[in-house]
Amino acid sequence: MDFGDSPEELAFRLRLREWLGNNNPGLPPSSTSDEYWAGQAAWHQTLYAAGFFGLSWPKEAGGHGLPSVYEVILDEEIIAAGAPPRPSVGYLVQGLLRHGNEDVQRRFLPGLVSGRDRWCQGFSEPDAGSDLASLRTQAVREGSEYVVTGHKVWTSYSDAADWCLVLARTDPEVPKHRGISAFIVPMGQGAIEQRPIRMINGITREFGEVIFDGARVDASNMVGEPGEGWRLAMTVVSHEREPGELGYVARYGKLVKELVRAVKERPDEHGPESRRDLAWALVEAEMLRCHVSRRLSDRLDGVSHGPEGSVDKLLMTWVEQAVGHAALSIGGAAPTEGDDTWLKVYLYSRAQSVMGGTSQIQRNLIASRILELPIS
Amino acid sequence: MDVRLSPEQVTLRDAARQMVDRLCPQTVAELDDTERAGKLEAAVVASGWLELRTATDDGSPWATGVEVAVVAEELGRGLADTAFLGPTLAADLRRLAGAPPGSTAETIALGADLSEPAVALGGTLGPGAVALDAYEATSALVLLREGDEYAIGTIAVDGGTTSVDLTRPVASCSPGATVSPIEGLHHPLGPDDLARWRGLGLAVTCADLVGVMRGAVTIACDYARSRRQYGAAIGSFQAVQHLLADAYVATEGSASIALHAAWAVDALDGRDALVAASAAKAYCARAARSVCETAIQVHGGIGNTWECLAHVFLRRALLSSEVLGGVGANLARVLAAHGIGGGDGLR
Ligand SMILES: Cc1cc2nc3c(=O)[nH]c(=O)nc-3n(C[C@H](O)[C@H](O)[C@H](O)COP(=O)(O)OP(=O)(O)OC[C@H]3O[C@@H](n4cnc5c(N)ncnc54)[C@H](O)[C@@H]3O)c2cc1C
Repeated sequence: MDFGDSPEELAFRLRLREWLGNNNPGLPPSSTSDEYWAGQAAWHQTLYAAGFFGLSWPKEAGGHGLPSVYEVILDEEIIAAGAPPRPSVGYLVQGLLRHGNEDVQRRFLPGLVSGRDRWCQGFSEPDAGSDLASLRTQAVREGSEYVVTGHKVWTSYSDAADWCLVLARTDPEVPKHRGISAFIVPMGQGAIEQRPIRMINGITREFGEVIFDGARVDASNMVGEPGEGWRLAMTVVSHEREPGELGYVARYGKLVKELVRAVKERPDEHGPESRRDLAWALVEAEMLRCHVSRRLSDRLDGVSHGPEGSVDKLLMTWVEQAVGHAALSIGGAAPTEGDDTWLKVYLYSRAQSVMGGTSQIQRNLIASRILELPIS
Repeated sequence: MDVRLSPEQVTLRDAARQMVDRLCPQTVAELDDTERAGKLEAAVVASGWLELRTATDDGSPWATGVEVAVVAEELGRGLADTAFLGPTLAADLRRLAGAPPGSTAETIALGADLSEPAVALGGTLGPGAVALDAYEATSALVLLREGDEYAIGTIAVDGGTTSVDLTRPVASCSPGATVSPIEGLHHPLGPDDLARWRGLGLAVTCADLVGVMRGAVTIACDYARSRRQYGAAIGSFQAVQHLLADAYVATEGSASIALHAAWAVDALDGRDALVAASAAKAYCARAARSVCETAIQVHGGIGNTWECLAHVFLRRALLSSEVLGGVGANLARVLAAHGIGGGDGLR
């Protein structure tokens, strides 16, 4: 039982620390500025090129095949350096690794992992949110291709994406969970329209709507077998629920560090209430760091992902929203000198209990799968 | 990094689990079964768990904070009505001061609000001090202030017992009691020693709280599966499910941060160990109250009766929360560690 570094881990940490010292691009927080998303693609590629991305993924996937706990070291050093968090594409990588055939993995993983290609995830629809399996987007086979028609919404980074991982119904006759297939659809085609959606904090590059009006995708871009789409979706969302996969430890660590700085710069302006909220944000962020260490250690012997992802998602949400509340009390409602960063951080935090499956859905899953309470 | 328990630690946990399941109270009525409680005490003493923090030849403890936490968690889960926290902290204080080991019945004294160790000035103890785990304990350790450093001494535990916790009595110490200094200390206790000792105390109480939460979630889920209303088990109602899911998640978050605090006791320097433990204590204390309240709520009317174990968990959580400081004191320590003062009195 050791939270400390082994000699190899320490050597890696020091090498990483030195590199981060020279290569931190200093982006604004992801949640507050459209500028972030532009800079983030470059950061992804820089991290990858230096050998610091995809640490725990298999070498075949373009990763480094290191033990899972190296991701914690990466996050800790990113926090210490105040650098941008690592890009959140792990859940897509895991989905392709688990369900994609060799051809799909060979063609798509390198670009996804290196950051050369941008990806988005087209699951949710206007009438299929929590009840994802009721989705209506259709894919109809025509020769060697499928023709995709439908309406996706809340699709993160759809404006910049080269590829969209789309869930579509390929068999309307079978029960709803079984008639869904997954495709890697090229975004750059006339039959796809992308419209940005403005979030409550004003940013426009977080997500958009995507209209597929007879978009074409080669049948060889199907991930898994026909009808395997639901299982792929469950793999993707269960990984999407894990802060260890997302690099969120670093995101929160960086935000609380900046909040500490804000209070220390103007101590007279921040009374006991702000200080209490800040203290909780610090404690919550520290909890998540410890929790991710625990989860990633459990994975050292290949423990599978079950419903614990829902536990992690709720913990991560509590952290994000505690950080949001600290941001609100420290600089939110009364922005100084026209800087509304903290208000934006706060407002963005409200999305965490919705995206990737709402908090209510996580609680339903925990109640039935972990606590084994009776189904209503 | 690999924060999984070692095989030896898993064996220790399993042994503690078995003892708890065999000898701890299963009902409120069993709290009065002195024969059972006596067997539990004898088993804990015989297992050597009260000596985990006594010194080896080089002054380091026999076992790390992690082993102590592993045992404490199980004892908390089982509502163990036997001494552990007090003797463990007493042994560690003696170890840090280089004093010879005391008896396993020796405990420690804290100030009236439990947030600080009891300190004697000029050889006598001020009013309000109390001794933890005062079952059989006849003497408790106190600090003797000498400038910036501290020696240790013992006082007799003779006052009546009272406690919010039905499983762990707390005894008042007579004001003005004379303190007998312990002779033959190798060195006085400095700030780093005391920080480490507080870190241990907080980490052990966090582990106890995690155990209490696990026990409370278990009885609440059991009840939710068996109690029926409207022709269905109440555990099938989403409102009840969500309360229990939140309680479970809060317990898991607490377990993660508490584990780190337990590790930090011996792996970091005293100051950092204390900061790690303070963050953990604030988190666990807040979570434990809420989880135990949920356990009461899920039991409905029965949850508000003396015979339901839910309040025994809550009461144990309330005592563990206050020992060496609860939510407010520890949030203030976390802020201070980041160079922000003025956190006193935070709640
Ligand atoms: C910032 C952000 C980014 C996102 N990115 C993506 C993306 O990249 N790709 C993608 O496909 N989707 C994305 N989403 C969509 C997200 O997954 C959905 O919003 C989410 O699953 C909820 O669906 P919904 O919005 O239709 O809400 P609904 O399902 O309509 O839910 C509305 C309310 O009802 C509650 N509710 C619904 N069903 C139940 C139930 N059974 N029990 C209890 N309560 C229930 C919900 O908890 C919620 O409070 C994103 C969302 C956000 C906010």
